Amino acid sequence: MKRTGAQIIWESLQREDVEVVFGYPGGAILPAYDAMLDYPIHHVLTRHEQGATHMADGYARASGKVGVAMATSGPGATNMVTGIATAMMDSSPIVCITGQVSSGLVGLDAFQETDVTGITLPITKHNYLVTRVEDIARSIREAFYIAATGRPGPVLLDITKDAQQASYEFDWEASAPRLPGYRPALRALPAEYEKAITLINSAKRPLILAGHGVLQSGAMKVLRDFVEKAQIPVAMTLLGIGCFPATHPLNLGMMGMHGEAWVNHSIQQADLLLAFGTRFDDRVTGNVKTYAPKAKKIHIEIDPSEINKVIKADVALVGDLRDVLEELSPRIAPGDHEEWIDHINEMKGDSAVRDIQNLPDTGHLYAAHVINDLWRHTEGEALICTDVGQHQMWTAQYYKHDKPFRLITSGGLGTMGFGLPSAIGAKMACPDAEVWAIAGDGGFQMTAAELTTAAQENVKVNVAVINNGYLGMVRQWQEFFYSKRYAATPMKSPDFVKLAEAHGLAGLRVTERSQVEGAIRAARETEGTVVIDFRVAKEDSVYPMVPAGADLHEMIRRPRPRIPLAKESDAPEEWEMATK
Amino acid sequence: MSLHTFAAYVEDKPGVLNRVASLFRRRAFNIESLTVGHTEQPGVSRMTIAVEADDLTARRVEAMLYKLVNVLRVDDLTARSTVERDLALIKVAVTPTNRTEVMQLADVFRARIVDVTNESVIVETTGTEDKIEGLIEVLRPFGIIEMARTGIVSMSRGAAGISPNPPLVAAEVREGAPA
Ligand SMILES: Cc1ncc(C[n+]2csc(CCOP(=O)(O)OP(=O)(O)O)c2C)c(N)n1
Ligand SMILES: [Mg+2]
Repeated sequence: MKRTGAQIIWESLQREDVEVVFGYPGGAILPAYDAMLDYPIHHVLTRHEQGATHMADGYARASGKVGVAMATSGPGATNMVTGIATAMMDSSPIVCITGQVSSGLVGLDAFQETDVTGITLPITKHNYLVTRVEDIARSIREAFYIAATGRPGPVLLDITKDAQQASYEFDWEASAPRLPGYRPALRALPAEYEKAITLINSAKRPLILAGHGVLQSGAMKVLRDFVEKAQIPVAMTLLGIGCFPATHPLNLGMMGMHGEAWVNHSIQQADLLLAFGTRFDDRVTGNVKTYAPKAKKIHIEIDPSEINKVIKADVALVGDLRDVLEELSPRIAPGDHEEWIDHINEMKGDSAVRDIQNLPDTGHLYAAHVINDLWRHTEGEALICTDVGQHQMWTAQYYKHDKPFRLITSGGLGTMGFGLPSAIGAKMACPDAEVWAIAGDGGFQMTAAELTTAAQENVKVNVAVINNGYLGMVRQWQEFFYSKRYAATPMKSPDFVKLAEAHGLAGLRVTERSQVEGAIRAARETEGTVVIDFRVAKEDSVYPMVPAGADLHEMIRRPRPRIPLAKESDAPEEWEMATK
Repeated sequence: MSLHTFAAYVEDKPGVLNRVASLFRRRAFNIESLTVGHTEQPGVSRMTIAVEADDLTARRVEAMLYKLVNVLRVDDLTARSTVERDLALIKVAVTPTNRTEVMQLADVFRARIVDVTNESVIVETTGTEDKIEGLIEVLRPFGIIEMARTGIVSMSRGAAGISPNPPLVAAEVREGAPA
């Protein structure tokens, strides 16, 4: 049947099981928007195209499906750039559709013409400039296929206005992908398995580094079987959180720049590292020259270009992690690493005395307490979307996830403004989930306009603003590395309670620890999105910290707490140790 | 670090050269030379890419090229026995008195004279980069007015063409996977 290009877009999206599109209209995408009214796909009008891409990203990460964002040419498309780069760095499958000026005007600097495929070339897995109506269906099909398979990532389709307006016989069956050069399904070589098994069976101090790839390949169960059989402890990357239960005795927690000391020390002392679906980001390794010097490395990774990129692998198993582990798990010998695990637990003990959660409650409001309380009251079951900064790291440290896909955060790009829109997207993907956005006062303001999107859509997410009056993470770097010269980090904010109210939403303010529980309860019980303004300690820092480029074991440890004591003699003896 | 020569077969579509070039720029790989041309198959172009890289980086270049959706196959020709050719057009300044000398030198290098005026000759030569560099060195004293080179193209010796399903880096294509 003959259809316009605009109709073909929606026909194709329907066939790709798309239920919701996040977008913002404009001239070059108008034909598509006009056709939209005749299709049952729900459109969410965001307040900025960046919001649309983050919502699509949050939707994708929460559901495992492809998220879709739509925008017009020129400024609409360039507003998407941050969200596309965010999705690229975190391998999140989204498809972005942008309108482009009519093909006859391409290259003439027409009104709202931008070379969007050029701009997004290095930040997409693949992109298309579609100038002919007959190419629309196949391009969309290919885009979804590429976005979701292999190592997932964003794909952009820039479709000219005349292609949307022209008509063509729509035939989905005949529009199957033709991608002779695309090989998402790779299989590791048998010889590499043999080498891996030998290394695993003979290791004395092995450690698993579990990354985003575990979640993306759905390898949670087989990872657990593997771990329990081999008795190998697991450290997780920020994006790996949730891939292995936080409460499992073999889970060490997060590694890297703000990983706990015992985790980073374990990496440095290990004799075998098993990197599962992770790419050795510099926030994870610290100085690569001194990284895990005693360890052989087995790298299991779907993307061959990650092998030997940062850390040289002794064994490389290229393939889907779940497939590889399913093959590997039955072939390894049951392990026993009691001595090693005891040693790690000893290191843990030292850190525990420094932990703010284990100190007497003085009533002061610390971000770590807020997040810990949130974790307790939501029973660790909430789907948490964070923004970027100190609160993000505290969330990673103190909101302990036993279940997968419950932490959504911008890891690779570290995009401020990601929290609220990704939470809205996640909530649309999982309407039954309790969704919380945890944002800093800075990042929240970057995309706070999306509150009104939540209001218009009647979407309930709770927003915990960790308000420290600073661009906290940058302030922390200034405190540590720039002699406390706080250039451009002290920040005034609007009244977040009134801001929420201006959007027709509820707002709450918390200034003392005793109010935290009540506010969390009220937010959970209130219909509609709620913003809580948590006025936390202003100059608190995230510990431990590996300074950028330092050796992984060279951490700035938690100091003796700044909490004022009633009497100096109230300090437990261990505190002395903690200050060293 | 040494020179690695890759032959890459790519879909002949708009923007593919840009994708390849952009990859090298983005990843800070050092391109020495890049040539593109048609192949025996319609719709397929062949690029010869010479890169200064150590062995691990060369493997990564190969894997990165494969990641481009329009790249069909990549072969590292470095370790193979290959025929390598570059073509140069060199416009040399001459006078009636030294013109014969230039022509004789070209002859020694089996280069051809393809244009002659009272003030200049154009010398055309094909060969390995070394041979061309040698010719340029002997012509330089006369004064080189202009030079154009194609960059190298390369092909492995012997009857075999390049296999349809090249092995990937430490992996193979899983059976049953969509092409
Ligand atoms: C878009 C963007 N701009 C700048 C930065 C650099 N940056 C990283 S963390 C941070 C501070 C964030 O402050 P806030 O949102 O208040 O969170 P806090 O660290 O105080 O918890 C900044 C400016 C960034 N990551 N993203
Ligand atoms: Mg802040």
